[in-house]
Amino acid sequence: MLLPILLALPFTAALILLLAPRVGRNFAAGVVALAAVAGMGVLVWIAPAMIDGEVLRFRVEWLPLLGLSFSLRIDGFAWMFAAIVLGIGALVVLYARWYLAADDPPRRFFGLLALFMGAMLGITIAGNLLLLVVFWEMTSVSSFLLIGFWNHRADARLGARMALTITGAGGLCLLAGVLLIGNIVGSYELDAVLAAGDVIRADPLYLPALILVLLGAFTKSAQFPFHFWLPHAMAAPTPVSAYLHSATMVKAGVFLLGRMYPALAGSDEWFWIVTSVGLATMVIGAALAIVQQDLKGLLAYSTISHLGLITLLFGLNTQLAVVAAVFHILNHATFKASLFMAAGIIDHETGTRDFRKLNGLWRYMPVTGALAVVASLSMAGVPLLNGFLSKEMFLTETLSISAHPPMDWVVPAIALLGAIFSVAYSVRFVHDVFFGGEPLCPAGIPHEPARFMRVPVEVLVVVCLAVGIAPQYTVAPLLEIGARGVLQGPLPDYKLSVWHGINLPLIFSMTALIVGTALYFLLQRGNALHRRDYRPLAKLGFDATLERVLALARRITAALENESLQRYLLLFVLCVLALGSAPFLAAPSAPAALPALAAHPLAILLWVMAIGGVIAVLRWHRERFLAVILVGAVGLAVSLTFVLLSAPDLALTQLLVEMISVILMLMALRWLPQVGAAEKAGAIRWLHAAVAVTCGVGTTALVYAVLSRPTQSISEFFLRNAVPEAGGANAVNVIIVDFRAFDTLGEIAVYGIAALIIHAMLKGASSATLPVQSTPGPHRPSLLLQISTQVLLPLAITVSLYLFLRGHNAPGGGFIAALLLAVALVLQYMAAGVRWSEKRIASNWHAWIGYGLLAAVATGIGSFAFGYPFLTSSTPYVAIPAIGAVPFASAMGFDTGVYMVVFGASMLMVSMLARLKSERGPD
Amino acid sequence: MELLLASAIGVLIAAGVYLALRARSFDLILGLTLISYAVNLCIFAMGRLAPGKPPVIRDGVALTLTNHADPLPQALVLTAIVISFAMTALLLVIALRARSAGASDHVDGREPGDKA
Repeated sequence: MLLPILLALPFTAALILLLAPRVGRNFAAGVVALAAVAGMGVLVWIAPAMIDGEVLRFRVEWLPLLGLSFSLRIDGFAWMFAAIVLGIGALVVLYARWYLAADDPPRRFFGLLALFMGAMLGITIAGNLLLLVVFWEMTSVSSFLLIGFWNHRADARLGARMALTITGAGGLCLLAGVLLIGNIVGSYELDAVLAAGDVIRADPLYLPALILVLLGAFTKSAQFPFHFWLPHAMAAPTPVSAYLHSATMVKAGVFLLGRMYPALAGSDEWFWIVTSVGLATMVIGAALAIVQQDLKGLLAYSTISHLGLITLLFGLNTQLAVVAAVFHILNHATFKASLFMAAGIIDHETGTRDFRKLNGLWRYMPVTGALAVVASLSMAGVPLLNGFLSKEMFLTETLSISAHPPMDWVVPAIALLGAIFSVAYSVRFVHDVFFGGEPLCPAGIPHEPARFMRVPVEVLVVVCLAVGIAPQYTVAPLLEIGARGVLQGPLPDYKLSVWHGINLPLIFSMTALIVGTALYFLLQRGNALHRRDYRPLAKLGFDATLERVLALARRITAALENESLQRYLLLFVLCVLALGSAPFLAAPSAPAALPALAAHPLAILLWVMAIGGVIAVLRWHRERFLAVILVGAVGLAVSLTFVLLSAPDLALTQLLVEMISVILMLMALRWLPQVGAAEKAGAIRWLHAAVAVTCGVGTTALVYAVLSRPTQSISEFFLRNAVPEAGGANAVNVIIVDFRAFDTLGEIAVYGIAALIIHAMLKGASSATLPVQSTPGPHRPSLLLQISTQVLLPLAITVSLYLFLRGHNAPGGGFIAALLLAVALVLQYMAAGVRWSEKRIASNWHAWIGYGLLAAVATGIGSFAFGYPFLTSSTPYVAIPAIGAVPFASAMGFDTGVYMVVFGASMLMVSMLARLKSERGPD
Repeated sequence: MELLLASAIGVLIAAGVYLALRARSFDLILGLTLISYAVNLCIFAMGRLAPGKPPVIRDGVALTLTNHADPLPQALVLTAIVISFAMTALLLVIALRARSAGASDHVDGREPGDKA
């Protein structure tokens, strides 16, 4: 239970910050710091279990079908990493409280920081690979938001975008790799994956999975060639750089390497890829760090270099190297975070981060200077500091490569080169900032920062010293826990001591110190380094690639799209034709031998009516009134066809829908041209005709082929169960409101939405925007019509209710009844005019739609009360006095909902169209 | 009778597709209406033709498909009729609004030859 609490703490802090009415700097920083400290408390609480080598787990099923479960797992490595995340997080929050200017919004900053902390914690303790990927992406997004925090600055926006693009792409690769691994192992649970290392390595998909996972790790940890986003992310506020881009988020990649070590490492591919990338990154990062002009830029490239070092160690495939890697993760986090914070202090106090302007700050900020110097020396690998210890271990491991021949001298040689560069830039950091002349500070005379702003730096530097001087008593247990977590097994023998005797690694270190310092002073003769301007080639390459991809997309779009709807439709129809005819022509599709039904004389009559109507529509489609009436005639023929072929419900629905659509079309013709424009004669018409005829012939052949074959239908189920289970004799209605009520719910929702859209579109329309096409009709329609509609209306209401109530057992039902009433009311509109009718009939049609949907859903939810799934119906009998027991299926409630929605929506459609006024016309 | 129905569906589809490919919005609406009739008939026909056997359960008639028409395609078509009407109404209003303030009723929103 502790694990979900641990994970929830930072998210709770973020939520509090989101919801609190007024958030000041102290409150915001306090909340997040409290969450971090509480998290540390939880970690301390479970420390005994970690020391014993236990693994704590928590699991809740989330999406079992996808293999995604919300499972949390904390072992030594995760515990150690979580301690880094939370510990440095607390320090950064304290630092940030003093760093942020008064006008930076604290709610947004600390909220995002808390969110990031939670996401990072999620990566650490996720026990399911898919869950890990979810948190991975969450860190990418929160990092994006934090980098772009000062969103008025263009470099912040561009840096954020670049970071998101690269880490996001890496996240996709990681997801693909995780999917492959899950496929190989059969589960996404971390326990299963870590135990299945041999299976994974033996699988043919091992290499693709490895490469994809490594791409994810390398993009996140800014390894070569994906390293260029990190320096641009330095546009973020310094607390963000100290937290995300030195201590935690960029470490997520190497965390992943450590996490997946039992599963993926140990093979030659792992060695070659990871070691080479790590080596290249280490030396390139270090070289580029020397020539930076920005304080944070130097630290960024240094981070890249150190991450390369850690990657290299993981790549070596030996257990001791793993221990060294874990050790360096710890050490690097401490000294790098303190250096970033020191850089932020310098920036805060002097107003600049430029090496060219910063000189001789020792006089003004001696304490900060001392702290920064100690941290830099740790970075350089000076003895008695923690950096020295892990560098020593690193060099020892590089000198013990035995398995792969050329690497056993290449790696140490280049590592030495990297160490030299590392010393050089560390010395540069110290010398160029704190010594050597007078500063040119925009912010006036610099002085020491606020007391509490320096405290985090002090804490971290003390840790550096303590670990460096007495590692056995300080960091040894932590290291043991962490390394054991990575290896998932017993640790090799190693000794953490300051002095191992004079050996090759020590000689290397000393050489590096001397040569590196010399190199720096050599390069800096006459301030030469200040004049060198390093052009960001990688960024230019990134921008150029992005621009080219976008240009290609634009070209393709322009080629395919010429904005002619007819062309699109034609392509559409041709595609459908192709897709439909391919299987039809491939399989035997001649009509089979089922005996044909004799042609009923009514059928022949209807056929003639339909075909005649269609031909007439084609011939006179430009005369629109006539065309509408002819289409109505065709619809009537279709309705009678339904009658003939035993579909009474369909026939009624078709008839009523036909009526309403004819009415709507006629109403619309008031605003559309009543005679269509003549079309230019051309070959395109023949093409359209040919395509249309082909479609028709194809459909005929298809339908005839189907009709001549026997069928195997599932509908006997519905026929048999209509009365016993649904209490209705009309099988079609029973299917609609009972067995398949969920589909009907969707259908009435769509119907309602269509009506609402029509309302929204016509709400603002008025005479000014719509040109009238016809002069309005006679002011007063015929008296006969008026009187007869007055008589018909009560009859119509009665018939509508009758059809509604009997729908469950005889043709009828909610749709038909509602449409009937709507048609009757429309007749009223036509007879008495819009204004008269609106005054008397108008109702809040939206409410009808809303309450109708509510009724339908409530009927469905009502079955929850009895422990049944959504929309289960029951069929009690209700005793009505003097009538007796009346069957009253609960599906009636649903049908009522249908009735209300269909009626309300239809009336809404009609009334909106009727209400459109022209400037001249009366009604 | 099967041939009658199949050929009627084919003719409706042909006419509907031809009208739908026309250049004016109202022709498009008429065409889609005809196509929807054809498709509804087609789906309905998948239950095979059973004249004179309504899917209403009566006393004394055995509950098999030899005595009743297939109710399931009918239920599907009922939904289809209602929704395609909703879409027709929506299309009409869109065509109407597209024509607002002097724009043409051409499906592309402007006469061919006019620049956008």
